[in-house]
Amino acid sequence: MPLAADIAGTSYVFPDLRTLLAKASPARSGDRLAGLAAESDAERVAARMALADVPLKRFLAEEIVPAEADEVSQLIFESHDAAAFAPIASMTVGEFRDWLLSDAATPEALAALAPGVTPEMAAAVCKLMRNQDLILAARKISVVTRFRNTIGLPGRLSVRLQPNHPTDDLRGIAASVIDGLLLGAGDAVIGINPATDSASQATLLLERLDELRQTYDIPTQTCVLAHVTTMIQAMEKGAPVDLVFQSIAGSQAANESFGVSLGLLDEAHEAAQSLKRGTLGQNVMYFETGQGSALSANAHHGVDQQTMEARAYAVARRYRPLLVNTVVGFIGPEYLYDGKEIIRAGLEDHFCGKLMGLPMGVDVCYTNHAEADQDDMDNLLTLLGVAGCTYVMGVPGADDIMLNYQSTSFHDALYVREVLGLKPAPEFESWLQRMGLMDDAGRMLPEARRDAARLLSFAGRG
Amino acid sequence: MSDPFDHLRGLTAARIGLGRTGVSLPTQRVLEFQMAHAQARDAIHAPLDVSKVVSELADLAPVAVESRAVDRRAYLERPDAGRRLSDASRERLMGPCEVALVLGDGLSARAAQEHGPAMVRALRAATPDWGWSPPVIATMARVALGDEIAAALGADLVVMLIGERPGLSSPDSLGAYIAFAPQPAVTTDAQRNCVSNIRPAGLPIAEAVRKIVAISTLARRLRQTGVALKEDDALALLAPERQAIEGQKN
Repeated sequence: MPLAADIAGTSYVFPDLRTLLAKASPARSGDRLAGLAAESDAERVAARMALADVPLKRFLAEEIVPAEADEVSQLIFESHDAAAFAPIASMTVGEFRDWLLSDAATPEALAALAPGVTPEMAAAVCKLMRNQDLILAARKISVVTRFRNTIGLPGRLSVRLQPNHPTDDLRGIAASVIDGLLLGAGDAVIGINPATDSASQATLLLERLDELRQTYDIPTQTCVLAHVTTMIQAMEKGAPVDLVFQSIAGSQAANESFGVSLGLLDEAHEAAQSLKRGTLGQNVMYFETGQGSALSANAHHGVDQQTMEARAYAVARRYRPLLVNTVVGFIGPEYLYDGKEIIRAGLEDHFCGKLMGLPMGVDVCYTNHAEADQDDMDNLLTLLGVAGCTYVMGVPGADDIMLNYQSTSFHDALYVREVLGLKPAPEFESWLQRMGLMDDAGRMLPEARRDAARLLSFAGRG
Repeated sequence: MSDPFDHLRGLTAARIGLGRTGVSLPTQRVLEFQMAHAQARDAIHAPLDVSKVVSELADLAPVAVESRAVDRRAYLERPDAGRRLSDASRERLMGPCEVALVLGDGLSARAAQEHGPAMVRALRAATPDWGWSPPVIATMARVALGDEIAAALGADLVVMLIGERPGLSSPDSLGAYIAFAPQPAVTTDAQRNCVSNIRPAGLPIAEAVRKIVAISTLARRLRQTGVALKEDDALALLAPERQAIEGQKN
């Protein structure tokens, strides 16, 4: 059934939902690169008008990516919870937006709704929402997960401590970890992107991180962000694996380009859970996503990049992950050209992830060839803080010397906690106070204190 | 009292121990970061001085070509345009030769400008009996532009030297991408081998040449490049030639 809008004598016709979603999407370079974007501003708004009238039920009847050859589509249809969907089953996309922003959409109602929202429904309503709508709706949703601490409580903002080093040098990594801990980072996870993806290397790094964690009794989890097959090997050899990481995307073909399938993720999830290393909970997976990854793998099936991104969240939620974050500005200007596009995409991803029931964090970031700078990152970080973002990255001085991009710094995280009155995860907050790193009012103390000096000495031990 | 971070800073190039005023960075640190970002941005947006490179390599009869990306914005937004030769450029390429040697601006013209000519000379000096093409100087170039250049030259191997995306601490890094039997629009990145971070503060030219020659040699033996070709195997294969190359450094 074609979709259409008549505006001031001009008739806009869209052949199917896939086309309509792409044309309704806010302008961005990746959709232009794929030849999917609206050809004029008027066509874009006309598409939104047509989209607003589409019944949500249509998304359960019309395939965006044919399920016949795509296990992500199969997962989306098979895992849809009709009972959870019931409260919005009679709504159009436009009515869904109105409901999300209304007082009827309480935190409890939104939590109950999540399994009934498909990625395409989330993407569709997202395209009708302004940035303030994305913030307001996301702020009402809290998704709480646990491993050795509690992530995602209202009024909290956690930080992944990202101490990367171009050659995985243990002392260099330790120096960055200590710097981050002294600045209150690390409650989401202490997670290293390894320069070398091997089980022996991952084991070496994990053993060192685990030693640090145990020595100072830090209520957090550690992770080496190697490929899932590498971590399965590491677990077989007895490495201290808290969380299993994997980059994922919104189609089977895109996931194949990452070397993963649902079957492989199932296997890794089961292996990590069997270790029973979590003390408060058993959310053991950590996923990263990002708009444009499917297109860059030529695996987007003619679907716009924001909808493909939401489809990745269907993969993620199958595993009840501890952490999920979009790496929003990492992919480059051919997908998100400038600060405006990166900011919009960051808010979209955070909202869609939360709406679908994920503990959504954001790597607020950019590369040097994007038209963006620290001011754009300050804007996005602040907006995400207001939106109730689960966690952000903490990279020394915002400069990742291994991955060659700029993320948020330990200082940036302290800034957003301070201006918005946000606190770390409660267990980690208590630890910071116990270590004399934070006072009772939540202010970070100078590192000259005695316990801080002990931490400093750890890094020098090599 | 001494700064407890003094010894830690020696352990990593990461920006640790920056201090703070309140929760914020001190002024000096903010400005240092801005300068690093400005240098990286300048490296991306500055054009390659083609005539300078051509004159530096004049005795090797270099050929200048350009991609179909008409300006820097088009280049950044449309990688597909940067992978295709302009029609006029194709006519300038005369084969046949065995190995196509391309120097592209990529995302850091500065890297190509500063290290490119020396890399070209060092590569050719290390392998005097290889049938190298004249150096092809390519602007608005993506890695895969080398595939089309190699095809136009009838070469069965391409070595693409290209400016890498600048990091905040590495605005002048050159990469080398090697592909056997490259085919335009068919060869994927998984079918290439890469030698990365070629710059004075990273991988020195002599070491980069050693790796490129090793990979290229094994590539011609295996008749493929990419994930099936491991750099360690290539280096092991070439061990006897190592002295020969290093002997030329002086």
